[in-house]
Amino acid sequence: MTAPTAVVLRDEPFVPGAPAAAPLWFDVWRGIAQENPVLVQMLGMCPTMAVTNMLANGIAMGIATLFVLVGSGLFVSLFRKYIANEVRITSYILIIATFVTLADLILAATFPDISKALGPFIPLIVANCLLLGRAEAFAAKVGPVRAVADGLGMGLGFTFSLMAMSAIRELLGSGSLLGFDILGPKFEPWVFMVMPPGGFLTLGILLLIKGWFMARNARRARRATA
Amino acid sequence: MSGHQHVHAAPNPSPAGTEVKSWRLLATLAIAGAMAGTLVVLVYQVTLPSIQKYAGAKIEGAVREVLRAPAKWDTLFLVGGKLTHTPPQGVDVREATKAFVGFDANGARTGVAVEAMEPGFQEEVRLMIGFDPVTRAVTGYKVLDQKETPGLGDKIERDTNFRAQFRGKVTPIKGIKNGTSGASTVQTITGATISSRAVIRIINNAVALWQPRMLAFDKEGGK
Repeated sequence: MTAPTAVVLRDEPFVPGAPAAAPLWFDVWRGIAQENPVLVQMLGMCPTMAVTNMLANGIAMGIATLFVLVGSGLFVSLFRKYIANEVRITSYILIIATFVTLADLILAATFPDISKALGPFIPLIVANCLLLGRAEAFAAKVGPVRAVADGLGMGLGFTFSLMAMSAIRELLGSGSLLGFDILGPKFEPWVFMVMPPGGFLTLGILLLIKGWFMARNARRARRATA
Repeated sequence: MSGHQHVHAAPNPSPAGTEVKSWRLLATLAIAGAMAGTLVVLVYQVTLPSIQKYAGAKIEGAVREVLRAPAKWDTLFLVGGKLTHTPPQGVDVREATKAFVGFDANGARTGVAVEAMEPGFQEEVRLMIGFDPVTRAVTGYKVLDQKETPGLGDKIERDTNFRAQFRGKVTPIKGIKNGTSGASTVQTITGATISSRAVIRIINNAVALWQPRMLAFDKEGGK
């Protein structure tokens, strides 16, 4: 799917470097497909490697990041006209850090086991360049509705990628999914899949599949125009 | 690909030649900081009870498991190197080091559970250990916290056969790689010798540390 070319007119003053006008569904879709944080932008590699050894951890990390993306996107956008340019990065980080702390506390109060398994990686969402990247490149330049749509899309894209990674790794590395035994007692788990090398290998294979699909689509598009 | 349209231009650049007054920058950050702080404190207050409840439930479950489901159990607090039922005023009971004494249905003591923490293969391993203070026999252990190698070292938590071996073993326990287990030996986990030895060491040290404390407590009449 390519970016729609239809221009949506809005009564918004011109902001330098603002993302092109687009329908709302595309602001969401962009994060899931065209600009998927993990598979396309290659952002947030640290949690992608670190917490995807179990499907439950991958889902929790994805949802926590989605919550921070939506929350910080909304607030960055709401206050974008009041935040002086000179202190904008500091302010964005402050907003992001606040939502990360909230996510951390809420997770610890609702799912203590997952919170413990994720350990320092929830607080470390602050340092995920995906958050500051979306605040600076998108949320600070558009209205709150588009900012939330973008946060939602990026968060879903991140969650889906982490789910794909962690499902493969848990299935092969522990023979289970979400803790339920799938492959039976005869299956000898590939322990290395739940260790760091398994993470790199899985990500590499996913990128390979994505690259193959993109190349095929490009070939078809060329053939169609030829 | 990403970010073709994302030119790194300021969202609302200050007009050329003018400078934003520093008090405005300070005010922006102060207001943002105050708002963020308020929100965090608010959510902290709301979530604190359930976070503490989970932590308490985890300790409780571990005590029940290592003391093999006692009919009832008492909590002792370590104050000034001595154990006591009633900590003096000013001692935070949540922060104090504790021992949990289990009793069977007839009121006879079945064992004592204590927490202990020492380095494992990678990071600190935290255990709840149950033992009999008179015979120095272990009644069981449960892992409270560990970050050992997944699939190998973390078997100290998941391998029920390994954990079951400790029951009734008299400390100091020795780890052996193979052969039959004796009254004070356990077989280490294949591929996780260091993690297994860490568990054995933590248990030995904890019993050596806590047995005199418990015996002193008994001598004083168990008050």
